Parts: sequence; C-alpha cells; structure tokens
Amino acid sequence: MAATSAYNSPGFDFSNTYRNQFLADRGVPLPKATSTGTTIVGCLFKDGIVLGADTRATEGPIVADKNCEKIHFISDNIRCCGAGTAADTEFTTALISSNIEMHALTTGRKPRVVTAMTMLKQMLFRYQGNIGAALVLGGVDITGPQLFTIHPHGSTDKLPYVTMGSGSLAAMAIFESQWKPDMEREEALHLVTLAISAGIFNDLGSGSNVDACVITASGTEMLRNFVKPNERVEKERRYVFRRGTTAIKEEKVRRWVVDEEEVTPVGGEEMDTS
Amino acid sequence: MSIMQHNGGSVIAMVGKDCVAIASDLRLGVQSLSISSNFEKIFPVTERLYVGFPGLATDVTTLREVFRYRVNMYTIKEERAIEPTIFTQLVSSTLYERRFGPYFIEPVIAGLQKTPSGSYEPFIAATDLIGCINFAKDFVVAGTASEKLFGVAEGLWEPGLEPEDLFETISQTLMNAVDRDAFSGWGAIVHVITKDKVITRKLKGRMD
Repeated sequence: MAATSAYNSPGFDFSNTYRNQFLADRGVPLPKATSTGTTIVGCLFKDGIVLGADTRATEGPIVADKNCEKIHFISDNIRCCGAGTAADTEFTTALISSNIEMHALTTGRKPRVVTAMTMLKQMLFRYQGNIGAALVLGGVDITGPQLFTIHPHGSTDKLPYVTMGSGSLAAMAIFESQWKPDMEREEALHLVTLAISAGIFNDLGSGSNVDACVITASGTEMLRNFVKPNERVEKERRYVFRRGTTAIKEEKVRRWVVDEEEVTPVGGEEMDTS
Repeated sequence: MSIMQHNGGSVIAMVGKDCVAIASDLRLGVQSLSISSNFEKIFPVTERLYVGFPGLATDVTTLREVFRYRVNMYTIKEERAIEPTIFTQLVSSTLYERRFGPYFIEPVIAGLQKTPSGSYEPFIAATDLIGCINFAKDFVVAGTASEKLFGVAEGLWEPGLEPEDLFETISQTLMNAVDRDAFSGWGAIVHVITKDKVITRKLKGRMD
C-alpha cells in the first residue's frame, strides 16, 4: 500500500460505493438526505433583481430546520437561491463562489452573472443530474440586471421572473397574474414577498419565513427574515423539571482551569549565567 | 428496513444559559437483537467540544478515528484547539466528499465557542449524512428516535436553562423519546458542558 498522505486528493471519494451498492442490491434502501422542499423566486425590476426564498428544510415529512438560509453568496453583486438536495446547493454554490473570486482576481474585472451561470451549468451537466441542485441565479453586472434558472441536469433559462422548487407553481401563479415590466423597488420586493408567501402557505415543502435579497448597480441588500408570518407564540406554561427528577447511575465531573494568575517572583535569586 | 436503523441509537443536543448539553442512548443492536448496552456514540473533540455519531455502528467507529486524525492534524498545523464552528465545517466537508458513497452517520455537534473577547458562547449543530449543516439556536436531534425527539424537545425545551435544569430537560426528553423507539434505549449518557467543567452522567433507564 502506498504511504498515506495527510492531504486528500480533490474531488469526490467513491470508496464507499461498493459497500453501499452491495447493501442496495440486498434490498436495503439508501437513506434520504435533507432536501429543501422550497419555494425560491427571482424577479426583474426597473434597476435590478429581487431574489426570494422560504426558510424550511425537510427530511421526508419532517421539518429538519425551521429557519435555514437558501440565498447563497456568489460574489458581491451576484446571489444564488438553491432548491433540491440541501448539501448539493450549499457546496455547489460555495465552489462556484470560490471559482468566481479566482476568476475576478485573474481577469481584474467584476464578475458577470453569465460567467457564474455557465460555471454552474457546466458543472451540473457534467454530473448528469446526480448533483440535485435547482438554482435561481441573479445579479447585476456591467451588462445590467441578469436573472437565470439552472436545472439539476444543466439546462438554463433567462426570464424576467422565475420560480423554482416544490412551491414554484404557487409562486409562479402570483408572478403570472401580477408581474409587470419596470416596477419600482418597493413594488418588486412586495411581489416577491407575495410569491414566497404563496409557497409558504400553499406548499407543504415550504414554510416559516421570507428571505429576500435586492441587488442593484449600487449594491446588494440581504434582507434575512424579511417577513416572519409564522412566529411561535411564547409558551403559556413552563415545563421545567424539578432538579433531581432523573435517576443517575454514575457521575463524572471534569474541571478545566479558567482563570490563571501569573506570579512573578520579586527579588529572587538570579540565575547563574557565568 | 433502512441501513440507518440497522444498529439503532439516537443523539440529541440542546442549548442552555452559557452551557450546552449533548446526550445519547447506549444501545448497540443488529436489527431487533440487542448486543450491547454500553455503546457510546458521543466523543470528546476538545475540552469544550463534543460530537455524537448516531447511525451505522461500523461508520461510528470509522468516523471517530477519521475525525480524531483530522482534528489532530489541524491542531498540529494551526497550533491551537479547533473551535466548534470550524469543526462543523470539517465534518460537513468530510461527509460531502463522499456524496456518492456516504457514511451512514448523521453527526450532532455541541460545544462552547470562544468569542474574540475571551468568553464562551453555546454552539450546537447537526448535519445530514452528506454534510448539510443545520445550525440551530434551540436543539438538534438525530438517530432512529429523531421523530420522537423532535416532538418531545419541541414541547419541553425553553430558552435560558441553567446547567442543572438543562440536564433534567435533555435527560427527560431523551428518555421519554427512546422509550417509544424500539431501536434506541438501554441506558443513556448525558454530557453538560459549561465553561469551567464538563459533567458526564449515566442515566438509569428501561432495559427493554
């Protein structure tokens, strides 16, 4: 066997696939990963882009995270909403964000949205849909406001308003009936809020709060938890147990030193340095 | 039956006032046959950081060694102890590296994060089996009893619990949830982490 290296080679590690395929062949189903059921939208307005997302993450029928972040950072002027397998959207956008930064540094130019879109679609196409990321990419660059959707197999759309995820139909219904060209910022932000709210309340895979992000030529404004229509009310009673309720079999306490006092001896014998 | 249910076991972590707690059951089984009632799934990473690995037992042992190695490499290279947020990223990328052939583990992380001012603030997180991080402000659960744990914890947890109250809350949450799960139970262990000490207690639970 070759000497083990402290550094792993880049890319995916497939060494467990034999074992896992063996189990799958024996009829043991592979477990589900966290997916973001999700409603994500993007909308063009007069001087920029508004992106929107809900904040629910699901594991089958269970709500795994009630307030997760689905609007990912690509660069200062580009953001990306992710739907589908949560880990895939997270890592794909992080990788492209990193590559976009490198690209910006080598070219000495502000990154363009089409560049990010092309990087994302080429990566997703290479993985033939096995990376389950459905994305809404938006931003403002030298060519003006840009808005795209990217499907897990690598196909892309360029449209003035887009929706994705399980709540895409509910959100699209709002856009189809209310979107109009050259809206003001406030109007567009309100429309995105309505579209996400439609997903939150009508799609079971979406829920909790509305996240929004407004990108214009002058800057990016991330509005985390822009609307919180599902705040939990305070409990009417406390359910704290009396101390000593739980029966203990054994206890071990490990104490750490927190405060250290440094003592410098005054006027001690000097060290013999001769 | 899913491979995640093969050996059984559950882990939960909760945030309290200037403290965190992480607890697990102690069962190791093969489907419905119980093998051991002393199989620990929670391991210390640093003095104030613990990680729990519910899932397939072979991967519990493997990942424990993988992370021991990677944390040691980090500590030597950086000449400082790993912080909870960084360890969470390490867990996440280690699991995502095996996106197409995953370990059957859903890690739970609990610890105290050192702030720039030198104080400690509670930190908990969990990831799925391919490394999607779930940062929570209240509690995180994983394992075969996760559905029950979600329900009980949602009812019992409240903000600002003192270490001793947090111990009771997490213990009662775990014990009552695993009693309704056939694949978890057979005793439990709880670690309460505060800035100056870690209290580890084994609980008396049902042995059926």
